[in-house]
Amino acid sequence: MDFNFSEEQNMLRDSLSRLIREKYDFETRRGFVNSESGRSDSIWSQLGELGIFMAPFSEEDGGLGGGAVDSMLVMEEFGKGIVVEPFVPSIVCGGGFLKHAGTAAQKEEHLTKIMSGESIFAFAYAEPQGRYNLADLTTTAKKDGGDYVINGHKAVVVGAPWASHLIVTARTAGERRSKEGVSIFLVEKGADGVSTRDYPTVDGRRASEVYFENVKVSADSVIGDVDGGLGVVNKVVDEATVAICAEAAGAMGVAHQMTVEYSRQRKQFGTPIGKFQVLQHRMVDMFMEHEQALSMTYMATMKLGESDSERQKAVSAAKVKIGQSGRFVGQAAIQIHGGMGMTDELAVGHYFKRLTIIDSEFGNVDHHLKRYTSLS
Amino acid sequence: MQLEFSPEEVAFRHEVRGFIENNYPKHIAGKSLDALSRDDIMAWHRVLGKQGWSTPAWPKEYGGTGWTATQRYIWSEENARFDTIMPLPFGVSMVAPVIYTFGSPEQKERFLPRIRSGDDWWCQGYSEPGSGSDLASLKTSAVRDGDDYILNGQKTWTTLAQYADWGFFLCRTDPNAEKPQQGISFILVDMKTPGVEVRPIITLEGGHEVNEVWLTDVRVPAENLVGTENQGWTYAKFLLAHERSGIAGVARSKRGVEKLRDIAGNETVDGEVLLKQPDFARKVSQLEIDLTALEFTELRTLARESAGKGPGPESSILKIKGTEIQQRLTELTLEAVGNYSAPLYSDFSEEGSNEFSVGPDYASAATSLYLNNRKTSIYGGSNEIQRNIISKMILGL
Repeated sequence: MDFNFSEEQNMLRDSLSRLIREKYDFETRRGFVNSESGRSDSIWSQLGELGIFMAPFSEEDGGLGGGAVDSMLVMEEFGKGIVVEPFVPSIVCGGGFLKHAGTAAQKEEHLTKIMSGESIFAFAYAEPQGRYNLADLTTTAKKDGGDYVINGHKAVVVGAPWASHLIVTARTAGERRSKEGVSIFLVEKGADGVSTRDYPTVDGRRASEVYFENVKVSADSVIGDVDGGLGVVNKVVDEATVAICAEAAGAMGVAHQMTVEYSRQRKQFGTPIGKFQVLQHRMVDMFMEHEQALSMTYMATMKLGESDSERQKAVSAAKVKIGQSGRFVGQAAIQIHGGMGMTDELAVGHYFKRLTIIDSEFGNVDHHLKRYTSLS
Repeated sequence: MQLEFSPEEVAFRHEVRGFIENNYPKHIAGKSLDALSRDDIMAWHRVLGKQGWSTPAWPKEYGGTGWTATQRYIWSEENARFDTIMPLPFGVSMVAPVIYTFGSPEQKERFLPRIRSGDDWWCQGYSEPGSGSDLASLKTSAVRDGDDYILNGQKTWTTLAQYADWGFFLCRTDPNAEKPQQGISFILVDMKTPGVEVRPIITLEGGHEVNEVWLTDVRVPAENLVGTENQGWTYAKFLLAHERSGIAGVARSKRGVEKLRDIAGNETVDGEVLLKQPDFARKVSQLEIDLTALEFTELRTLARESAGKGPGPESSILKIKGTEIQQRLTELTLEAVGNYSAPLYSDFSEEGSNEFSVGPDYASAATSLYLNNRKTSIYGGSNEIQRNIISKMILGL
């Protein structure tokens, strides 16, 4: 057992932390989020220069030889700065599919550009009726000679407005919700028949409803096995889930620190409100929730490589804890900030919003508690 | 960063498991503390003392095993597997670290070997009727008289003092000190000294675990003072911080969840197994998830300590969350046994029968454990006091 980070990992974290601190302070972020594109190309390329896009991939694939631990460190730092750049959609999901199931040719063509930051991927998996069931698909891909024709509607595809490519899950066989018959496609967002309805999310990101109308893709666009894609989807979604757990842990830590700091400054009844025991204990509870969220993130990260059921159990346990602790920490942060916590002006509300949405991404507390129980 | 055990750690697990299997005293196997005599409670401690394994966390020079944090983690897991009665904390992990850190060479020589071997039973004289959470307000006095101190006062909640050979007592040696914390000394008392009287306190579940200890003109040689006079508060706090290792009780709670699953797998609701009822299953899952969070928080703490960084802020969570989980576990067990939570089982055993006359075996301890475990969030610094400590020491409020 070893809970220490390697020297490379510590260096990666330090340089990323510095970049976010110096170039991504809250007001700068607000500028990016409110800009037309909703993000920053300049920040994206600076992130790329740090090597964080290459860090989680093997040297064989052209990466730096790291893995899930590197993604975890990156996302914890992203959470501290509530960075909106699409590391999870593009690197963890897009790159993850290619890493686990891409052919040599697919990696050659796409993974290289993901790692350089030139391509941005988004992952179109959710559907309006499907909630958190990854196999509940009405999007279809029908064989047409050497090609596939995709039709359907994907819901809340985070990062799609920024994406050059989409990873799309579609049914190639079987009944709706059947575990068999799910296939994964790599689709250029500019392909004929792909249309999007873009919108901002409450936590400062951008997403799209994505519509596929007779979108023709070649058989080379299939990632992994035709009809047998669900296993890889589960794996990548678990990895992405752990990444946003790390993000949540980072965000919780900052929301907690901000609250403690505010309670030292804010005076009522002639004394800083941080002197009141009832608030002290609430802040101690926030502290404990944050530490446990971090512990669970470590746990799940280290178990990503285990058997399917062990991995799923670990990831669900972490997501349950993070959903609960994120809600507690976020709500308590607003409560202790009082009226100021309700304003758009203060950063704390933006951390609260991100924490709130993280619970609903890749399965909420109820979903994961149920999955955990079914595996016990 | 990785979770796998090294081949050496796997071999270590194999070794200690084999040792426990072969050496855990048969006559106490499967029994709980309250059903055992003084000698029975000490039996495993004495075996471990001979093996040199009774005090793993001590520095090697005083008889520690030199095990890594991971090895100690494995050791506690393997003991939990067998439900062993471990060496009690009062000697091994409370007074001993104070003695080997602050004690005189003579005190180390005199007391440490007998703690290690299990020859001496220790108890803790901290709380008083008027000094619970506000421990520093304690009144028991120690007045210097020639080569002795004369002790007068009353201690309470003294766990298993009825069996104790020795006690470590916090006494006021300077009633005029500026702050209450400044006039306290840490004194070792032979429990057979005239004037020491132990009176039982019977707790909710009917058990005799805690006591009052009355001290009336108890004459104690001054050589039994640990460290410097009036510096006792420093040692007392050191002791409380040192108690951390194992306080989370993770391995025992994991074993407790297994037992809970067995019980809930046996009970039925409308002909269906209780464990498969969504409401109950959800509660068990939540408990297990919370326990996992505690486990990895403890592992992070151990990793920091073995990297020589000293315990981090995460360690202060262990007492609060550990006890909350222990209590939740007993609560769910109580719920699981249903109607058979009601009988007063101690009544049956007092009639001289080892066979409980009603209900399934596993039901007999459920309620008394639930009742008894309310203590865990009160003792060792109540969970509210723990929050005050975190607020002050970590949040700086």
